[in-house]
Amino acid sequence: MQIEGKELTKEEKQRLRKEKKQQKKGKEKKDASLPQVSVAETAAPASQLKAERRARQEAERTSKQSKKGDTGQPATTSKPKIPPNELQPGTQNTWSDHPHHMLYLIKQWLSPEIFFFQIPRRLDYGYKVSLFSHLLQYSRKAPLTQQLSIPSAVIHPAIVRLGLQYSQGIVAGSNARSIALLHAFKQVISDYTTPSNEELSRDLVNKLKPYISFLNQCRPLSASMGNAIKYIKKEISNIPSQFKEDDAKKKLLNCIECFIEEKIVLAAKAIAKSSIEKINDGDVILVYGCSSLVNHILCEAFEKGRKFRVIVVDSRPRLEGREALRRLVQKGISCTYVLISAVSYILPEVSKVFLGAHALLANGYVMSRVGTSQIALVAKAFNVPVLVCCETYKFCERVQTDSFVSNELDDPDDLIVTRKGETQLKDWQQVPRLGLLNLVYDVTPPDFVDLVITDLGMIPCTSVPVVLRVKNVDLL
Amino acid sequence: MELQAVLMAAGGGSRMTDLTYNTPKPMLPVGNKPLMWYPLNLLERVGFEEVIVITTREVHKMMSTDPKTKLDIKMKLDVVCIQEDGDMGTADALRHIHQKVKTDILVVSCDLITDVALHEVVDLFRAHNATVAMLMSKAHEFTETVPGQKGKKKTAEQRDFVGVDQSGKRLLFMANEADLEDGLIVRRSIIRKHPRMHIKTGLVDAHLYCLKKAVVDFLAENKSISSIRGELVPFLVRKQFSKMTSGQKRMDDTETVDQKNDGLTNDDLFFPSRDEALLQLAQERSCWNDHRGDMSEAYHGGKLRCYVHIMDQGLCYRVNTLSAYIEANRMVSHMWFCHRSAHFVVHPLLMLHFVFHPQMGSDSMIGAGCHVADKTSIKRSTIGISTTVKEKVKVTNSIIMHGVTIEEGCNIQGSVICSNAVIGRGADLKYCLVGNGQRIEPEGDTYSNTKKSILLEVSVTFGLV
Repeated sequence: MQIEGKELTKEEKQRLRKEKKQQKKGKEKKDASLPQVSVAETAAPASQLKAERRARQEAERTSKQSKKGDTGQPATTSKPKIPPNELQPGTQNTWSDHPHHMLYLIKQWLSPEIFFFQIPRRLDYGYKVSLFSHLLQYSRKAPLTQQLSIPSAVIHPAIVRLGLQYSQGIVAGSNARSIALLHAFKQVISDYTTPSNEELSRDLVNKLKPYISFLNQCRPLSASMGNAIKYIKKEISNIPSQFKEDDAKKKLLNCIECFIEEKIVLAAKAIAKSSIEKINDGDVILVYGCSSLVNHILCEAFEKGRKFRVIVVDSRPRLEGREALRRLVQKGISCTYVLISAVSYILPEVSKVFLGAHALLANGYVMSRVGTSQIALVAKAFNVPVLVCCETYKFCERVQTDSFVSNELDDPDDLIVTRKGETQLKDWQQVPRLGLLNLVYDVTPPDFVDLVITDLGMIPCTSVPVVLRVKNVDLL
Repeated sequence: MELQAVLMAAGGGSRMTDLTYNTPKPMLPVGNKPLMWYPLNLLERVGFEEVIVITTREVHKMMSTDPKTKLDIKMKLDVVCIQEDGDMGTADALRHIHQKVKTDILVVSCDLITDVALHEVVDLFRAHNATVAMLMSKAHEFTETVPGQKGKKKTAEQRDFVGVDQSGKRLLFMANEADLEDGLIVRRSIIRKHPRMHIKTGLVDAHLYCLKKAVVDFLAENKSISSIRGELVPFLVRKQFSKMTSGQKRMDDTETVDQKNDGLTNDDLFFPSRDEALLQLAQERSCWNDHRGDMSEAYHGGKLRCYVHIMDQGLCYRVNTLSAYIEANRMVSHMWFCHRSAHFVVHPLLMLHFVFHPQMGSDSMIGAGCHVADKTSIKRSTIGISTTVKEKVKVTNSIIMHGVTIEEGCNIQGSVICSNAVIGRGADLKYCLVGNGQRIEPEGDTYSNTKKSILLEVSVTFGLV
């Protein structure tokens, strides 16, 4: 029966897809179905096999049910068109008798998104170092947009643009990514229209799900983005059902703007105000990489008239310190630039270390750009105070004690460098068992961090779970 | 909706009048499909569902009625007919359909045959929020001998100078040799912002542009621009580096300092998208810059950006000259081998009368409804629909269009034979171009190495030479 089912699914799927397409076109006047089909067709074979497997499972389940006798059909999402009673009368209904009906019903029970539309998956690239083989490694030269249709109708164009910007690194940095994400969501919400028979509070959340998984495929979501998404979803679900669509949309757009204003912009101002107390005249401040918050603090302090100089520490392959250097020098701050390999030589001069964070974990660990923990370690060895600046919306409930379990792997080709016309690692894929590892994040234990400056004040690292608990109480 | 596709199919084919005096250029058969089919197929493959086709009434009639020029395209074609008097440039055509344009557009020319991965061009357009993104390709030398030309002719083609930045994606400079009087003048503002610029001359412009909606609106107001390639794109490229006048600073009418002949500010073209302030905020917080070495922010703070994708591998032909037409016919059979889907090289409706197999090379294409007799040899050629090829005919390196009759014993080499021609028995044609409906007398011997042998509508029947 299994083989039969498989053959049938492949043939019948085409026809039934067309029927479904026509239905959808008539019902909603959306073009979603055709590109859905094309996406489904062009998607990796794995997704097709998955759908077929699911169809087969459902078919077996329904045939078992029909044998038992009909009790209420579990209509999960949409309303079944053909009454299931048709299947019942007396005789045993097997695959061979009513293949059309079976598949038709299956399609009614499973929500259309699951059956047809799968977010195309990016393919893994290159040999992965064994410790990190559980993580995904993509190549920048194979963007996800290759597998989507060009006038992207299924995924909102603002989201496609955002995904591209993430994967190419045009929008990088925790705050920038969150703001860009919220900006794209604003566009999505403005363009959204509630379909008939659906409620905005439920349907909009469902609409956002494929977008979020698309963005996740382009680049794994950061903790700040995750918190922002949670906030939006909560706001959407809390929209009372008697709100008209326009009012609901306006309220949501307002919420997003409030979030950005409070949690990012004002938080930065508050943190700058607290940090300026910690910066004294004559200080030599060490910063690592390009953290938007730390740059903001230093620029504010300089404007307020503090006299200090900055040492910017940078590391390959991202070399983000150059951008930080540019911004600080443009302001007029005198800077020194070193690579991370020189950090132990330069530390005797340093009076304070300011670090930015990507996320603060619930056990007090600081997740930040790879290299941060090294700087914190060396600073501790030299007894230099380490201050981490982080907004509260980046606080995360995850617990991690090492950088292996959950991390992000960037494009390994970024590590390849060409000097004097020679590229030594050009054919690294041909060398057996050679892996290029381009880690993005690492975690710093709280013993190395002396103070965390947040918009709630200056707290020790171990108070993070307290803040999280308080925040959750607020949300409830 | 993200992008609307616009196909420009109203061109006259002014550089290959020998072929186009009878058949309009979009309908010329290349590999037995009308030329228009190729860009439409490209758009369909990529996922477009609707295309706005700007064409002439004649082409529109041919599209819908003529079975020989059937386009099997599943997309919805919204045909807009314009007058054939030839005064309308591509930009004028865009102005004409201004009402239909609701989002950013992708303009394609009907004579483009390419297998480019279109997402490369569109990704540049999306990721950098560009005003225009275009496609160019490294030009290949045409190796085939063209009928009617003395040897390898080098037309005094005006060269195009294209300047790109170090990454090879940002378009900094574009000028045609015809517009430059003394030499290449590069403005200081460009050099200051991009000290390293690569200037390329051997590039073929594929006439595929992604344009922002704001540009179409701008065109609607500025009626002086009539050609996209000739005027609009160079204008936009120049505008990238012109001084921005901030509205607040100079409210008075002393704006003439910056706008010499344009009368427009940079801000006109840049229509802020929704929530511009948020985008700006995100950009400020992002630690990315497209260049390094100077003090300015990403994109030098410029809002108008032009990008180009230069293909170095793959096919890209613009069929606007005879040599390109012949080359495209050759290459098209290669394209179909790469595509898994469909296209029979030898059409199933082909009727072969054979006692001996006719020899057909695998790089030939034979259309539907053909009669090919035995003892024929067809190599590296394209034969159109409903042609008849009698016995003992040798066809090499040629393009034979629809409805042609080739009597027995002919020897056709390197030629182009247009529709409905009749080649008499025993004719020997080398490197010739036979026009529509012509007759070649039996035992005609034609060489074109030394003189032009192109037969037009009103010419004489050809005797022995």
